Amino acid sequence: MQIIDRRRNPQGKSLSNRQRFLRRAKRQITEAVREASAQRRIRDVADGERIVIPTDGLAEPRFHHDPATGHQEGVMPGNKKFHEGDRIPRPGGGGGEAGREGSPDGDGADAFGFVLSRDEFLDIFLEDLELPDLMKKTVSRTESTTPERAGFATSGAPANINLLRTMRNSLSRRIALRRPSNEELDALRAEIAELERSEPGSRRLEEARIRLAFLERRTREIPYLDPMDIRFNRFEAVPKPITRAVMFCLMDVSGSMSEAMKDLAKRFFMLLYLFIQRRYRHVEIVFIRHTHKAEEVDEDTFFYSRETGGTVVSTALVEMRRVIAERFPVSDWNIYAAQASDGDNLTADGPEVAAILDRDILPITQYFAYVEVSGGVGELLKTDSNLWRSYAPFATTHANFAARRVADRGDIYPVFRDLFTPESQSV
Amino acid sequence: MCSAATPLPDTPLLFAEADWSYDALQRAYDAIQEIAIGELGLDVYPNQIEVITAEQMLDAYASIGMPLMYQHWSFGKHFAYNEMLYRKGARGLAYEIVINSSPCISYIMEDNSMAMQALVMAHAAFGHNHFFKNNNLFRQWTDAEAILDYMQFAKAYIARCEERYGAREVERVLDAAHALMDHGVNRYQRKRRVSPKSTEQRARDRLRYAEQSYDDLWQRTNPLDTPREPDAGWREEDLRGMQPVPLPEENLLYFLEKMAPKLAPWKREVLRIVRQVAQYFYPQKQTKVMNEGCATYVHYRIMNRLHEKGLLSDGGMLEFLHSHSSVIFQPDFDDKRYSGINPYALGFEMMTDIERICERPTDEDRQWFPAIAGNGDAMGTLKDAWANYRDESFVLQFLSPTVMRRFKMFRLSAGEDDSDYVVEAIHNERGYHKIRKSLARRYDVALTDPNIQVVEANLDGDRTLVLRHEAIGGRLLDRDDAAAVLQHAANLWGYPVALEEVDAASQAMLREHDRVEPIG
Repeated sequence: MQIIDRRRNPQGKSLSNRQRFLRRAKRQITEAVREASAQRRIRDVADGERIVIPTDGLAEPRFHHDPATGHQEGVMPGNKKFHEGDRIPRPGGGGGEAGREGSPDGDGADAFGFVLSRDEFLDIFLEDLELPDLMKKTVSRTESTTPERAGFATSGAPANINLLRTMRNSLSRRIALRRPSNEELDALRAEIAELERSEPGSRRLEEARIRLAFLERRTREIPYLDPMDIRFNRFEAVPKPITRAVMFCLMDVSGSMSEAMKDLAKRFFMLLYLFIQRRYRHVEIVFIRHTHKAEEVDEDTFFYSRETGGTVVSTALVEMRRVIAERFPVSDWNIYAAQASDGDNLTADGPEVAAILDRDILPITQYFAYVEVSGGVGELLKTDSNLWRSYAPFATTHANFAARRVADRGDIYPVFRDLFTPESQSV
Repeated sequence: MCSAATPLPDTPLLFAEADWSYDALQRAYDAIQEIAIGELGLDVYPNQIEVITAEQMLDAYASIGMPLMYQHWSFGKHFAYNEMLYRKGARGLAYEIVINSSPCISYIMEDNSMAMQALVMAHAAFGHNHFFKNNNLFRQWTDAEAILDYMQFAKAYIARCEERYGAREVERVLDAAHALMDHGVNRYQRKRRVSPKSTEQRARDRLRYAEQSYDDLWQRTNPLDTPREPDAGWREEDLRGMQPVPLPEENLLYFLEKMAPKLAPWKREVLRIVRQVAQYFYPQKQTKVMNEGCATYVHYRIMNRLHEKGLLSDGGMLEFLHSHSSVIFQPDFDDKRYSGINPYALGFEMMTDIERICERPTDEDRQWFPAIAGNGDAMGTLKDAWANYRDESFVLQFLSPTVMRRFKMFRLSAGEDDSDYVVEAIHNERGYHKIRKSLARRYDVALTDPNIQVVEANLDGDRTLVLRHEAIGGRLLDRDDAAAVLQHAANLWGYPVALEEVDAASQAMLREHDRVEPIG
């Protein structure tokens, strides 16, 4: 008999099969990821998730009997009350036990569930947004760390030995175990030499010799430097500059914003979150919705509850200004803002919006991105919206302001191009 | 690892701790071997035990239990699915997987406790191993010495094809071959087996020849698709130096491999590989109850003996009994957990019952089993059964009234249009024979797998391939899946494929499926 340990064999033997499967199911998975990301919270966008995809194109068909046809018979265990000749109603439309052996892949489900890793999920999510490959890498790369001193450890690489600590431990151990010092030994040896000369054969000489032998043995048994004395410098991997950022999501929730528009806006917010999260260790998100008045709400309310009313954009900016003043001092926080709207605004509000943006908001924000979502390409052709007219001038005067029109998922990415290339420009 | 293991001091116990160690494994193996070979007289292939992790176990699951497997997306799909169930805790993993090869490889998981490892060794390395080596079906259809070599070849060959012809192209062929896999086995011995080494050599030669003899001009002046005289018969096959396959032919993959007019040589080889894998697993499909029953019976005997001899502690014994009883648990038909008759339960129950019949028969047993009742040689009787039966015949021969009563079996039946099932038989004097016959039929692959044959390949006309399903008891094929499989078959064949369903007894036409044209 032979016992072989295979545990150290290369892992992930099935990885290439998995990749084949993902490639095969690409269309369904993209669909499912799109759906899943529409449902999940912005903050969770990057987590891996169990997704369910329909099995069309993934089925493995075989010839098998249709359980609804022909004569059925079977033997089952566990009879409790049946007698010969009893009749049992058939469960709807036939089936019964024969149905079990019939399913094409043994699972018998129309849908197929499995778990995507974070990277796989993000990859597909970003691909769906038509991000260039380089950008994808920037977003999904895990953050880098720097090693920082963090105390001492009993194990480590020889290069990291902390001499001071090691010698201090050695010294205290030698003292505690009373290891004879060299001076002590030298003194004794001198004494013996002296005695040998002066009184050979005396009792004192004998005693001194015994004592010397004892001390020498002790010296050998208690090493000068013991492995247990050794200390190493310990390093901890600390994420690079820990800074904090807050991201404001502003959105018009008046009746004119359709569900499709909100979905587009949500994707925009998600992508911005991913970008910001790449840069900052800690990212807060504040949701401000507005009609003719604005309020801070939680994410669900933000995306899913409806409000009626007019549209006064400046209220949202005022609310944002208030929240910043209250909770996010500019000295501690990097402030990002993303606004989504269909461009509708009260005409009289235009100057007010421009003034607040110019005076209060833009000077303290890292970046302010405005996307104007529209239902279709046709709408892009009509004249500029009220809000667009108010915002347009800032795009040329301020480097940290961008405004884009977005009609389709693929349009979202270009908004970010300004923000993250080149590195020096915006931040 | 073969050094003599040292016993624990002062105690006969094989192991005292829950965690396993190589020493303890070796000690337990030796003790188990002594019982299995010395006392039970089992006859096994040499053993090889491999310790693997949970992830590797999932890998092994995905590649249908083979240590080596070519790559295909469907294995990735099964892996993803199993992994999710496992992570969610919805499904445990098997404690072991055992491979019908020589040496017989048993995978054991690192997470198992020592008592479990002992159980697994008894179960797989001796129970299954004995069955693989002795059962007639396995002896006839599989070559334990060669399977690992063959899979090595298959994996490398398909990888080379992917390099050469593109992964997508290979995937298409494999998809099609997998769809027909159930119909890619020989049910009767055809001719001598070919050793995998020479198969590999042959495949290489074929490829090399195709490369050397490639002549574009010749192909243009003498295209393969030129119309031929009506009496030309199997001209293309003559060109390749092959004999035409006589019809009807039930091995669809074999037929396509040999006869598909336009199939590239490497695709034929891929079909052949899939066919060989299907053939290798064909005996397992027919002996689930017996195979698991044999392994379960053997581990039960061995573990009990270990305990009797004082080699296994009471704690270890309890742990064993706990997992043993969950393995042979049979939920009732109305239980949520019911998913058919548990082969472990039925096999184990029948085999312990055979032991009882041999040693302590009742009058009923003497009447039902005059040949073996009270013969006093349980092990001999069982070994004979393990060697010479498959599930269907085993049930038909050995299912006793005692077991039927214990399972409280009953038989249901219904015609296609009936709204009710009729209870035809229950576990009483009048019902025993009916139940036994019915249960045996359920394990008869000739009845559970649709019987589909190639009946016509009009090579001189429009080359339509005609498949025929002989339906038994009016059971037709699932229409959608059949259409999907036909598409795959048509893609391989290169010309239209038709499927007709006839009644097996009367040959009356029951249904004709739409003809399917090949794509791509």
